[in-house]
Amino acid sequence: MHVEPKEFVIIVGQSGAGKSTLFKLLTREEKPTSGKIIVGGIDYEHLKDKDIPLLRRKIGVVFQDFKLLNNKTVYENVAFALEIAGIATAEIRHTVPKVLDVVGLKGKENAYPLELSGGERQRVAIARAIIRQPKILIADEPTGNLDPKHAWDVIKVLEKVNRFGTTVLLTTHNQEIVNALKRRVVTIKDGHIVSDRAVGSYKGN
Amino acid sequence: MQDHKYITLERIIKNGFVNFGRNIWLAIAAIAMMAITLTILLFAIVANNTFSHSIADLTSHIDVVEYLKDSVTPAQLDKQLKQLKQLPNVKSAAYTSKADALKIYEQQNANNSTLLAAISETDNPLPASITIKPVDPDKLQDIQSFFDEPAQKALQSDPTSYSGDRKAAIDKITAATHFFEQAGAIGIIIFIVISMLIIFNTIRMAIFNRRDELVIMRLLGASTAYIRGPFVVETMLYGAVAAGISLIVCWSLFRLASSTLNASTLGLLDIHYSSQFFSDHLFTILTVQILVGILIGAASSSIATRRYLKLNRQ
Repeated sequence: MHVEPKEFVIIVGQSGAGKSTLFKLLTREEKPTSGKIIVGGIDYEHLKDKDIPLLRRKIGVVFQDFKLLNNKTVYENVAFALEIAGIATAEIRHTVPKVLDVVGLKGKENAYPLELSGGERQRVAIARAIIRQPKILIADEPTGNLDPKHAWDVIKVLEKVNRFGTTVLLTTHNQEIVNALKRRVVTIKDGHIVSDRAVGSYKGN
Repeated sequence: MQDHKYITLERIIKNGFVNFGRNIWLAIAAIAMMAITLTILLFAIVANNTFSHSIADLTSHIDVVEYLKDSVTPAQLDKQLKQLKQLPNVKSAAYTSKADALKIYEQQNANNSTLLAAISETDNPLPASITIKPVDPDKLQDIQSFFDEPAQKALQSDPTSYSGDRKAAIDKITAATHFFEQAGAIGIIIFIVISMLIIFNTIRMAIFNRRDELVIMRLLGASTAYIRGPFVVETMLYGAVAAGISLIVCWSLFRLASSTLNASTLGLLDIHYSSQFFSDHLFTILTVQILVGILIGAASSSIATRRYLKLNRQ
């Protein structure tokens, strides 16, 4: 499987097909038993343990269960992605509000994740993922826990991010979203690619 | 790079303090646990010290007295004193003349005219003597062996004080003090080990409670130091606060005990001495206690976070 820069790829497949595993391979949470992974010219085979945090900072990740830090505010959650990279505080103060504006969370800076709706939480997670301007954004079932309206909000943000030049990999179960997006769709079954269409559709389960 | 490190350190410390405040209930629970443990440990150490002091006080009274014949010449006496002072286990050797012995006798029995009338300067039956204070009361036999040499025996009017029933009693006391000292030391070591385990487990549970945070930070690409740092800072704060609390508790208890119980001893535990020891060494105890608290906190959290900081699941 090959993904071009700035592409928007949807990965579909039943539960257990290997979608999440694919993402875990990309963030090096898991190592491949066979095959080769090369992202942005980095061959994972030669990746050292100490380089893994640096690699993860280059890939934005959005999870189905948000994975926000619940004892940090919205602002702090988003700023965290920059803090760990050692970005200056002044720059963080300048950037975070802008990104929160992009995902439509202006005014929620001081709220804690548990005070937000699911859609808002997912948008915090997206803000956190895109603030470092990653070349790649992977979103693992970002709409899985959201109602249709909030799901679309999230998808729209992802499309916006893609328009700015970020490669987006998205897994979803949502047939409606897949069919409406009219993007490349890769179908996985039992760990293998069974179809790869430039403008694909998905019939669901 | 220097700047980067400085910013990171600053953020680690700041986050540690912020987390401390935001997880205040967890902090209170962990601090309470640590404070109780440290209090027991501190109390045990002070009690042990007091106990050792009492034992030292007791054994300092142990000595060996040699009774000399009236026929011993000043030259013989000098020679013996010199020889005695060369023995490794002799701390001091003091000569008491017949006249001094009589004076002491008179002072001791000043209220008893019958006993006073029994002896007079002209007819003084009390022998001159040499009192030896040992370095180690355990090894009185070394001194006794010297007195048992025939040349020395010839100078003695009676067997030394380290003989018969008195010898048996002294040996029992030294054996008992020996046992108590060792038991005290072992007790303290056991206390320290248990305290460490309790504190380590408390911290481990506190971190277990927040393991998701660690895992999330890991997924976002934070470095090990950046994730672990704030936890270490936070638990160091726990340790410092717990140490302060336990110090105040112990200090108050000793103060209270020495003033209201109005008893100088509770069995072998000399309360006044404990209280005094505590006040005299307050600053040292405070420093050591806080350092220990901080170190245990830092070490526990470093170890406890390790398992959640794996880079991948294989």
